[in-house]
Amino acid sequence: MADAQFGSAAPLPQGGIDDVELYHPHSWLTKYVFSQDAKIIAIQYSMTAMAIGLVALVLSWLVRLQLGFPGLVSFIGPKEYYQLITMHGMIMVIYLLTALFLGGFGNYLIPLMLGARDMVFPYVNMLSYWIYLLAVLVLVASFFAPGGPTGAGWTLYPPQAILSGTPGQEWGIVLMLLSLILFIIGFTMGGVNYVVTVLQARAPGMTLMRMPLTIWGIFTATILALLAFPALFVGAVMMLLDRLLGTSFFMPAIIEAGQRLRYGGGSPILFQHLFWFFGHPEVYIVALPAFGIVSDLISTHARKNIFGYRMMVWAIVAIGALSFVVWAHHMYVSGMNPYFGFFFATTTLVIAIPTAIKVYNWVLTLWRGDIHLTLPMLFAIAFIVTFLNGGLTGLFLGNVVVDVPLSDTMFVVAHFHMVMGVAPILVIFGGIYHWYPKVTGRMLDERLGQLHFWATFLGAYAIFFPMHYLGLMGVPRRYFDIEGLSFATPSVATLNAFVSVVAFLVGAAQIAFLFNLAHSLRHGAPAGGNPWRATTLEWQTPQTPPPHGNWGPALPVVYRWAYDYSVPGAAQDFIPQNQPDIRPDRSPGPVAAPA
Amino acid sequence: MTGFAFRSITAAQTRPGQWRRLSDEWSADRQAFRGASWRKAMMWIFLLSDTFVFGCFLLSYMTVRMSTTLPWPNPSKVFALEIGGTELPLILIAIMTFVLISSSGTMAMAVAYGYRQERVKTALLMLATALLGAMFVGMQAFEWTKLIHEGVRPWGNPWGADQFGSTFFMITGFHGTHVTIGVIALLVIARKVWRGDFDTGRRGFFTSQRGRYENVEIAGLYWHFVDLVWVFIFALFYLW
Repeated sequence: MADAQFGSAAPLPQGGIDDVELYHPHSWLTKYVFSQDAKIIAIQYSMTAMAIGLVALVLSWLVRLQLGFPGLVSFIGPKEYYQLITMHGMIMVIYLLTALFLGGFGNYLIPLMLGARDMVFPYVNMLSYWIYLLAVLVLVASFFAPGGPTGAGWTLYPPQAILSGTPGQEWGIVLMLLSLILFIIGFTMGGVNYVVTVLQARAPGMTLMRMPLTIWGIFTATILALLAFPALFVGAVMMLLDRLLGTSFFMPAIIEAGQRLRYGGGSPILFQHLFWFFGHPEVYIVALPAFGIVSDLISTHARKNIFGYRMMVWAIVAIGALSFVVWAHHMYVSGMNPYFGFFFATTTLVIAIPTAIKVYNWVLTLWRGDIHLTLPMLFAIAFIVTFLNGGLTGLFLGNVVVDVPLSDTMFVVAHFHMVMGVAPILVIFGGIYHWYPKVTGRMLDERLGQLHFWATFLGAYAIFFPMHYLGLMGVPRRYFDIEGLSFATPSVATLNAFVSVVAFLVGAAQIAFLFNLAHSLRHGAPAGGNPWRATTLEWQTPQTPPPHGNWGPALPVVYRWAYDYSVPGAAQDFIPQNQPDIRPDRSPGPVAAPA
Repeated sequence: MTGFAFRSITAAQTRPGQWRRLSDEWSADRQAFRGASWRKAMMWIFLLSDTFVFGCFLLSYMTVRMSTTLPWPNPSKVFALEIGGTELPLILIAIMTFVLISSSGTMAMAVAYGYRQERVKTALLMLATALLGAMFVGMQAFEWTKLIHEGVRPWGNPWGADQFGSTFFMITGFHGTHVTIGVIALLVIARKVWRGDFDTGRRGFFTSQRGRYENVEIAGLYWHFVDLVWVFIFALFYLW
């Protein structure tokens, strides 16, 4: 195996940034399947996440089929309905959003944006993907197990999660918990890689305060995940023992169908604490990368430096820190000392401050910017609108007295879909439209993208905005059928049918996106190295798509922050991070011509 | 953007440089942890995450211990051994703790010799550490066997709260797994030291990367962590 001697040419600053000895694949299998290259791993993560996400999308269709047109199909009974909502929620939150943001975007962007050749421990990084794939397969296996997947609700609250009345009690819950444990092990392997790469493997000149906000978001989210997933891990292990060995960690004494079960003395609330100690940071594990990516999209496509970069960084860090002390706001109705409720309501509402800073800064970046309504920009603006909407309803739900009547209604469903469902997904789409040219060397089709955008954005609003009204009318979530309930006026049924029809259309619109991804791979317009005329390092690679090792003989040297757009006196309206001087003739490396 | 510092903080003005040095070091144009290689930094980050795993286990144990309705068995009695006609409370646990703490000592010596690149001494001390670790696991297996014979099960026991057996087997089992993994890692690395892999720059089987004597220290970090966790388990489970 040939040793790569990249390091000698790069001017190393004081303190030393090691250039690495890369692993060079020597067969098709190690190059494309068991690849240790973060870029390939990123694509593997993304494809797997999108594939399982499609399954979750179909599940949501079936949920809407039942809610909008109760009794229309015979194969959805109450049991199947619970399985559908459970698997839809779990897949979307963990196996799609978390995996796609950190495993997908994280793997692709961290080394490239920081000027590294790869993740710091590529072998462990590779294992991370394969364990994730195994977790997904175990999860999928539960669909085919006797009794089907678990129907415990995505929060898997005991005692009902493992009692015989709950669908999937035989195999589904066991496979679900095993899959979560595997996911966490796999994620930890990737997570330590992302954190150490950011801290230790930045290119010369790339100080922490010159990092693009995308990296700040992914970095902070990864730290959150490394500290929050352990709680879920422990909860899953304990519930698995309760289910398989008959321990009673979470199980109080219970009488089921006249029979006293062998359980006794456990604490169901303990599981809720463990789950939400993970569960609330999880919201920000999904949201922080979205915050970061959307900042870069807005700055690049508005040709303007991000407003208040340092405040943006500190807001990300502050949100991350605060997210660990708010978890019990998911448990206001679980029975809690009122003083705790007061504490958690306060910390919850305090999060509004750094979040509002971010929203204002995005808007102020747009203010008087040279806004190009490209697809990434459209998705970014759509994100701000949806996120603002979801954030404001969060203020309702963060207050104990307002939350108690709204608990377990469709209002909650509307809130979290807006804030951590639709908003991050819109950023994922924007990010894919933005970086696809770098990954493949070709542009995605603009007209298909426009169709996809308007259908998705308007459709998502039409789906989730009415749910607020349903919730305010008292329509509960998780109910298989609300027919005959006194508050369910005919208009509730009409609204539900409307929402369902829109949901089918939005889901179908994703076909345009998938077709675009596949079709543009060969037939898209050639993108060139830097189609968006962006400053960040990933657009300055010598080749597109970047080859193994990313940078050719020498690592890039960084001279400036990531947001030098429209600098007065500069030859172009952007200055790449690796350009030492704003006069173009002093440019050291290959800088792509404007597209 | 290079002049990043907490200029507005008054503490920085009264004690010049304190905050500024910290922020400058962290945000500077170099590795955040200077002197720490990538692998060592990675082990630290992993241990931080693992701390949360054990923290959650121990907090859960304390919660169920407080919330369970039946009385908690007295650990001094449960973990007593009868030796020569007298009942000695916690004697086995005391020996186990002594063995494990001693293994931290031999590990520290192995690391020191590793940095002097004394191949044989390093390998032997690592083997001694692995042996002590294996002794610990062996005594744990003895303790498990004894308790199981006395009727302790994950779902119940003769003396009181069911959760006693559940938490005992879960937490010591999880810790014992960590020790076992550590023993295996020590043996693997000791073999590499013995064979001179770190002197000749031989490539690893899986990763195809060259190892360094630093790997001894990284294994040591993990080992000391597992010992430290045991101290907390000892204090919270056996002494409470």
